[in-house]
Amino acid sequence: MSSSMIEIRWHGRGGQGAKTAALLFAEAALSTGKYVQAFPEYGPERMGAPVQSFNRISENPITTHSGVTNPQYVVILDPTLMETVPVAEGIGERGKVIVNSSFSPQEVAKQLHIDAKQVYTVNASQIALETIKQDKPNTPMLGALVKVIGTLDIDGVLNDTKEKLTKKFRHKPEVIDGNIESIKRAFNEVKN
Amino acid sequence: MIKPVYSKGKLAAKTGNEVMAEAMRQIEPDVVAAYPITPATEIVQIFSQFVADGIVKSEYVAVESEHSAMSATIAASAAGARAMTGTSSQGLSLMWEMLYIAAGLRLPIVMAEVNRAISAPINIHGDQSDTMGARDSGWIQIYSENSQEAYDNLIQAVKIAEKAKLPALVTTDGFIISHCMEVVETYPDEDVKNFIGEYEPKRYLLDLKKPYTLGSIDLQDYYFEHRFQVAQAMRDSKKIVLEVAKDFEKTFGRRYDFYEKYKLDDAEIAIVAIGSTAGTTKVVVDSLRKNGIKAGLLKIRLFRPFPVEEIAKDLAHVKAIGIMDKADACSGAFAPLYSDVAASLYAAGATVPKLANYVYGLGGREISISHISGIFEDLVKIKDGNKTPPISPEYVNVRIKKTM
Repeated sequence: MSSSMIEIRWHGRGGQGAKTAALLFAEAALSTGKYVQAFPEYGPERMGAPVQSFNRISENPITTHSGVTNPQYVVILDPTLMETVPVAEGIGERGKVIVNSSFSPQEVAKQLHIDAKQVYTVNASQIALETIKQDKPNTPMLGALVKVIGTLDIDGVLNDTKEKLTKKFRHKPEVIDGNIESIKRAFNEVKN
Repeated sequence: MIKPVYSKGKLAAKTGNEVMAEAMRQIEPDVVAAYPITPATEIVQIFSQFVADGIVKSEYVAVESEHSAMSATIAASAAGARAMTGTSSQGLSLMWEMLYIAAGLRLPIVMAEVNRAISAPINIHGDQSDTMGARDSGWIQIYSENSQEAYDNLIQAVKIAEKAKLPALVTTDGFIISHCMEVVETYPDEDVKNFIGEYEPKRYLLDLKKPYTLGSIDLQDYYFEHRFQVAQAMRDSKKIVLEVAKDFEKTFGRRYDFYEKYKLDDAEIAIVAIGSTAGTTKVVVDSLRKNGIKAGLLKIRLFRPFPVEEIAKDLAHVKAIGIMDKADACSGAFAPLYSDVAASLYAAGATVPKLANYVYGLGGREISISHISGIFEDLVKIKDGNKTPPISPEYVNVRIKKTM
């Protein structure tokens, strides 16, 4: 894997928006001038079943079309997945896990048997309830991911996401503002 | 920082299916008849929305099966319309008898195809068994490594088919490309429409001033001549594919050929592959090159007609060649791509290359960088005389129970 390429794995449950998050993230990264890939893992699609989706982001054209097995970043939308799915698989000693959780990074690290330095947490469900009025943690987790990666421009991401949501929810402006606010809050509140 | 290649091009993140639907919108065929099937459903689903929203003037025929989809497309094309369809796997299989009829009647139908495994066992994931099975049907076959190529190929296929008077299909790898969002450059509608031009068939059934019969019985007297003409049209279409590619490059700036040579000219070992795996192979070639190993790749774009002479010439110097097939022929011999590459080299009298056939990825089985590295390691052994080229396909990343 070339050093300039970032690989990300999203863990969620069917219906939580893991696929949408990966697609939104790819579009946002493209808007900041990067090459991108976003693809879901296709299996039985059932509401509530564990699902994964993936991103690749790079300064250079991406020709790899195999699965992501050693992601630098893992985003977990539902913390209960940590009990049943090997979410930290393949991240090595430098990969980072970002979890939607009210627990501290230290507590999550203990559960995952990895170094606390590798774990970031943010209460994305709480943020989503307060901003979007629904437990939809996928958009706030975008903000958390951008913060942890550190090399992407948050304003570019916000502008692009706002544009995409405006197209989709032009009759529901409150949804757009709530989502944008959720990204900003998670960007600021994610902790290590 | 990404920049468009074409001055008026627009960059967007799109999946393979979305971008094929986008090309169809811009082509705006007179008639589309289709039946949905995973993983190609979205292509015609998105297109049918364009029709419903009045964005395109195309007639959309919602049929009850793929056999009918191809039948309706054939009828539309015979009547003088520019006609398209989209399908995958079992859908293509159900079109079977009509595929041959489309080619035999010399109808320039264009199909957006998404490669998927064939039942049984039932499987929705990507391998190339479906279109490889249709390789002798008289359809021009163009394969795409990524979404950009799928878009560009579908636009070119319209011109190729109409000039060659043969049907043409353009494929992507199921899910790997059809459902993968990537950066794609699209061109303005007007420029795409100008590029493909108006369809002006010389003869068509609805031309009442020049009535003619199409599809009549043809026995020992003429059948053979007509089938010869289909085969000859296929051979002749090679030239058309290149002409259209040249026009395309002149207009939009992207270069296409029968195949892509990647670090092949001085290669001692090389892989021949089709579709998305060729992209992954490029990464492996780059890393081998960094270690001083002269590895290369030949990525097939045009599989039908098969560029026999050109491939033989470009592979003649390579000491060991791994030919990767994402389909098995169950023939007792070799898989489809191997057979064509081997025949091409033998016919050209090539004596240097030693060949090995690798069947991989059936039913969407993962093919990773390490699997491809393993193939190259194998090729080094074959090149150095430390391994005899196998006389049957090697199977990559499969659990095989050894039986006596």
